[in-house]
Amino acid sequence: MDISKYVIACFIAGSVSVASAADVAPADVVFTDDTMVENSLTGAAGDAVRGREIFSNRKQGNCLACHVNEQIPELGFHGEVGPPIDGVADRYSVSEMRAILVDSKKALSEDTIMPGFYSLDLGIRVLKKFSGKTVLTASQVEDVLAYLTTLKE
Amino acid sequence: MKFYLKSTLMALGVAGAFMATTSFVAADADDHKLFIDDVEILTDIAAPEGSPLDHLYSGWRFRSPETQDLQTDDFGNPGFAAITLAEELWDTAEGAKGKSCASCHNDVDEGMKGVSAAYPKWSDKLGKPHTLVTRVNECRTDRMEAKAWKWEAPEMLAMTALVGLQSRGMPVAVKSDGPMKSWMEKGKDIYYARVGQLNMSCANCHEQNFGNMIRADHLSQGQINGFPVYRLKWGGLGSTHRRFKGCMKNIRAKAFGVGSDEFIALEAYVASRGNGLAVETPAVRN
Ligand code: HEC
Ligand code: HEC
Repeated sequence: MDISKYVIACFIAGSVSVASAADVAPADVVFTDDTMVENSLTGAAGDAVRGREIFSNRKQGNCLACHVNEQIPELGFHGEVGPPIDGVADRYSVSEMRAILVDSKKALSEDTIMPGFYSLDLGIRVLKKFSGKTVLTASQVEDVLAYLTTLKE
Repeated sequence: MKFYLKSTLMALGVAGAFMATTSFVAADADDHKLFIDDVEILTDIAAPEGSPLDHLYSGWRFRSPETQDLQTDDFGNPGFAAITLAEELWDTAEGAKGKSCASCHNDVDEGMKGVSAAYPKWSDKLGKPHTLVTRVNECRTDRMEAKAWKWEAPEMLAMTALVGLQSRGMPVAVKSDGPMKSWMEKGKDIYYARVGQLNMSCANCHEQNFGNMIRADHLSQGQINGFPVYRLKWGGLGSTHRRFKGCMKNIRAKAFGVGSDEFIALEAYVASRGNGLAVETPAVRN
């Protein structure tokens, strides 16, 4: 991959995250029983504050498009396509949530509408500027994950 | 999904500020009835046999009351500026033959009654389905010897809206058999194909999730019985192909071309999914 182009693309998308050499490549992510990804994708812990922002940012996770989140009352229009995210950390382990984020098609169900956020198993006819790219970077996934772990009832 | 929503609402007790939007709690089609100038237009029907849906709903049933209102009388409907334009075009002679639409079809309300409900429709001459757009252009180029209009030209949108209006209230009746069969299959493949970086199909949103909010949008069944529609966001009329293109772009997919065989097949298939629904052209959307 042409890293400089990638950095520019991230910049345009309003993202501050940059793919780093230490990241596990999407194809190399190790799943246990299809439902768990035990190791951090970056080798480090994510930042929950950034994760909260990525969760609602329309150009990044846009998770709020589909999941109600009581902890983000300042934004309207929470989606109802997926289950409410409230208390998600009581229902899933960190490894399970990482697996869902990386590749929901593998971790949840093959025909879920939820996009895989760190998977290159994309649809056909991907727009050129997104082709060969994951929706989120490894560090963005870890940030969202750090945020999800705070969601306990 | 609806279960989840209800349980959150109960868990929250007094709804938080962000819950105050009316459409948010409506996890389904609403129960409003559409009367246009006091004539009722049915906006839902039991699905015909073989449909993947149990019940068909017009997109009108998923819009806010404010947007719905705009469609309830023809003076308030912003799509009617184009109808006025098209009525003039109908009578205007153009091209080398010096003919207008009226020269062959008389008054539009006689000549075009029920016509649009059957489109897209097989054409032996083309060896593929005609959409209303290509049909209008065939009259222009072959019978009038006038220039074809572009797919999204204001004149084409206006004329297809005027022709569509002559079927308002009549059931969509698109044929899927005979030579249309392979086009329907092609359209169906496109409808169910997962596309784009977000890896979604039309069915993910419009078959599995109609009635649910996706952020600020209340998902409908993606029916096309109201097209061309006046969209507030567009500030004018737009075709089914423009709408398909927008949906594909939103899921970060490379859209097919406006007027392409792929979109003609998709239009034919999506139209057939709405067989039996009343034509509402020109409908109003946000
Ligand atoms: C287009 C819709 C959509 C988007 C966007 C989306 N999800 Fe989901 N998500 C779903 C659906 C639907 C399910 C339930 C699985 C199913 O039925 O397919 C789900 C399930 C989940 C689950 C399991 C929840 C449970 O209680 O079982 C988690 C965790 C999750 N999503 C997190 C996220 C996060 C974090 C993001 C953003 C980075 C996100 N989702 C974006 C639709 C979406
Ligand atoms: C990520 C979700 C999503 C996907 C995938 C999607 N759409 Fe849509 N579509 C929407 C939203 C949101 C609207 C606006 C609200 C509505 O009418 O449903 C819409 C509107 C429409 C409308 C207008 C309906 C009306 O009554 O005015 C049509 C037609 C349509 N979509 C067809 C399609 C087709 C065909 C595909 C596949 C190529 C598709 N959509 C894929 C979200 C989606």
